[in-house]
Amino acid sequence: MLSAPILISAIVNGLLTGSIYALVALGLTLIYGVLHIINFAHGALLSAALFAAFFAYQKAGIDPYLAVLLLAPAFFGLGYALQCLVIGPASRGDERAMLLVTLGLAVLIENALLYAFRADTRTIDLPYAFKTVDLVFTFVAVPRLISFAVVFVVALALWLLMTLTDTGKAIRAVAKEKLGAELVGIDVTHIYATTFGIGTACVAIAACLLIPTYYANPSAGNAFVLIAFTIVVLGGMGSVPGALIGGLAIGVVESLGGFFFGESLGQAGIFLIFIAVLLIRPRGLFGATA
Amino acid sequence: MADPLLSVEGVSRGFGGLMAVNGASLSASARRITALIGPNGAGKTTLFSIISGFLKPSAGRVIYDGADVTGEPPYRLARRGIARTFQIVQPFAGLSVRDNILVGAHLRHRRRAAAQTSAEAVGHEVGLDHLLHRPASALTVAGRKRLELARALATEPSLLLLDEVLAGLNPSEINEIVPVIRSLSARGIAIVMIEHVMQAVMSLAEQVFVLAEGRVIAQGSPAQVAGDQRVIEAYLGHGAAAKLGGASAL
Amino acid sequence: MKAFLPIVIVVAALAAVPLVVQSNVVLNFLIVALMIALAGQGWNILGGYGGQYSFGHAAFFGTGAYATAILQVHYGVNAWLGFLAGIVAGAAAGAVIGGLAFRAGLRSSYFALVTLAFAEVLRIFASVAPITGAGVGLLVKLDLHPQAFQFRSRAIFYLIILALVAVSLIIAQVMERSRFGAWLVAVRENEDAAMALGVNATAIKIVAMVISAAITAAAGCFYVQYFLFVDAPIGYGAWISIEALLTPIIGGAGTVFGALVGALVVKSIGEGAKFLTGDIPGLDLMTFGAVLVLVIAFAPRGLVGTLLDARASLARRFASSRKTAEGTAHG
Repeated sequence: MLSAPILISAIVNGLLTGSIYALVALGLTLIYGVLHIINFAHGALLSAALFAAFFAYQKAGIDPYLAVLLLAPAFFGLGYALQCLVIGPASRGDERAMLLVTLGLAVLIENALLYAFRADTRTIDLPYAFKTVDLVFTFVAVPRLISFAVVFVVALALWLLMTLTDTGKAIRAVAKEKLGAELVGIDVTHIYATTFGIGTACVAIAACLLIPTYYANPSAGNAFVLIAFTIVVLGGMGSVPGALIGGLAIGVVESLGGFFFGESLGQAGIFLIFIAVLLIRPRGLFGATA
Repeated sequence: MADPLLSVEGVSRGFGGLMAVNGASLSASARRITALIGPNGAGKTTLFSIISGFLKPSAGRVIYDGADVTGEPPYRLARRGIARTFQIVQPFAGLSVRDNILVGAHLRHRRRAAAQTSAEAVGHEVGLDHLLHRPASALTVAGRKRLELARALATEPSLLLLDEVLAGLNPSEINEIVPVIRSLSARGIAIVMIEHVMQAVMSLAEQVFVLAEGRVIAQGSPAQVAGDQRVIEAYLGHGAAAKLGGASAL
Repeated sequence: MKAFLPIVIVVAALAAVPLVVQSNVVLNFLIVALMIALAGQGWNILGGYGGQYSFGHAAFFGTGAYATAILQVHYGVNAWLGFLAGIVAGAAAGAVIGGLAFRAGLRSSYFALVTLAFAEVLRIFASVAPITGAGVGLLVKLDLHPQAFQFRSRAIFYLIILALVAVSLIIAQVMERSRFGAWLVAVRENEDAAMALGVNATAIKIVAMVISAAITAAAGCFYVQYFLFVDAPIGYGAWISIEALLTPIIGGAGTVFGALVGALVVKSIGEGAKFLTGDIPGLDLMTFGAVLVLVIAFAPRGLVGTLLDARASLARRFASSRKTAEGTAHG
């Protein structure tokens, strides 16, 4: 039963799923690293993006991988607006208030989706969704390979943004030392909004990558995002390499865990790991002190 | 001379390779005001944090009232009688001045009525009578410093650690608070003050310790310390003592 | 004694309601609202007074509910004893979760996250474990006798939940005037400063969590007796974590009546929304989310809190204008 090909297949699939987890976690960790808030609305935003990707295909026939080009900027704008117009002003910098505001947004968005689209699960039928590629040891579904590649490109693009552009440097400055950044003339409000926008755009891209093999419903994002929280805490809040490596690792753990223990307990297992990390080493593997 | 109430022996503490406090020792006795001075970054607040239980030293001991209290948590030290104020004031912003002091008073008085009476008495002693019902967030810097002091006093300490309680006060405000500190000392409390306001500290303190780069480089009476070359150099830089021609009036 | 007068008046007024109202629909609405108020008061003790925001209070609601259901359904235990056992079970859960979280020094967002995770783990276990009925849930047998804690008349259920709410109001009032309460609020305002004043912050937080969990668990136990059913999404679902948090925040966190006021307001808004636009799922919670954001933005101290602030500042202005009047009179 425990043959090498099956094991390898589980691991490879875990890595591929994990790459999408990594993308979602990346958005979350970026927001935490710069704004120092845990964005509880991340899951609801993912659900919204999943619906957007679904309707883009269903109503306008836009292939999900092309929809990335449309939805990423759109959700960047949404994230920017949310931080600039809602979260920032409502919380006035108070950490407890920010917790509650992002929670309120999460509840609002998720239930707005429920109200508008009901709870039915929506899936799309992509003609090439079941095409597989032979990787010698195992077969891999085409969509998953494409997702892995896209995540890689996005991670690279973000790295280039952070190191080469002025905005990226400003973001890193604010993350390190907000007061100092303000003193040298960086518009912190704009940087906060931009970072939130980037985090939300990551979520939108992940949704496009997910929709061929996943589904859209109002709470779809939550399941995903609790895993993303685990990754972020495991990899270290605010650590980009932590999010990427952690994402891949958790993907593998989930795949193997689900393989051996069944899906529900696999999920519970992840939360238990989450709790254990929070209790024992909250700063995770690569992060700064909690 | 009785044994000192507080005896800090060879205490060290580093942060990621930098030794903030390096084998520092000092002592304080009841009814005496001891000053802890030194240039910025010398490790004075770190030393206070170690004495009051907020940080554990990597070496050395803190002896209080004959017992080794090294590494005990702050709340337990407060119960033993060690109280501290913070360099950056930490009021309970959402509460009134009286309710702020009440928290300290409750350490020694379980029942609300008794604690309230104690809090009001302390408020009076420190000069905050007329402000007792205002929110703590509405106080000026001077008011907040007094509140820090009042809260610590309400715990009925035997050792009071004052971290730059005079910082940010104008000369008249300083002149108002100095007699209060003197009266506390006369009452029997051992006081250790970190200060930069030299004129006030040198007139208040009976004993001075000078900390530089985590080490005690001089100790003695204010006059002795003021004339010490190593102290001058610590503050003004290497060679300054020679430039100033030896002894100086600080 | 004088301090308890408002509680007496409010509870008496509410107790008179069944004399005037016979409609089962209205009574049902009030019963559910009071149950949420009870759950919310539990959250209020830890979150409002203590400043520790739990995003997973469902862990206690569900534990209370399942404990009382399991004891009755699987072990034939008397419903009243089951009720008590449920409260104890909830308190124990609070001790465990609080002990782990606070000893690990978790604060703020990390604390919120860990409570969320605990609630989720419990929900998943409850949805697969045989003892909790797995996906089907637990059905308590209908037995309309007082000894089974079931009553024909809704009015009796109403009075029982009102009595529980009254107890929770008294607990909050007693706490406000006690040393524990002063220390708990100090920990909320500034934990380090509190520790320097002799407050054992960790112990205080754990005790607050236990009290908080017990109160919310009582609401869970009541749910089971009133609806005679519990399953994982109901017992440990996000809905109760959200409503337990929402009602005191909107009503006034850290005040005695905040959770009660918040529950009545929130539930009324929910019913109003449903009435205006039909019974489409999601509308009520959506409104709650929006209200939460608006309250944080414009009235962060909640309804009762804002009222108390206004009264206090009026009192100060009155006192100071009296002083100036006296001054000019002598001047």
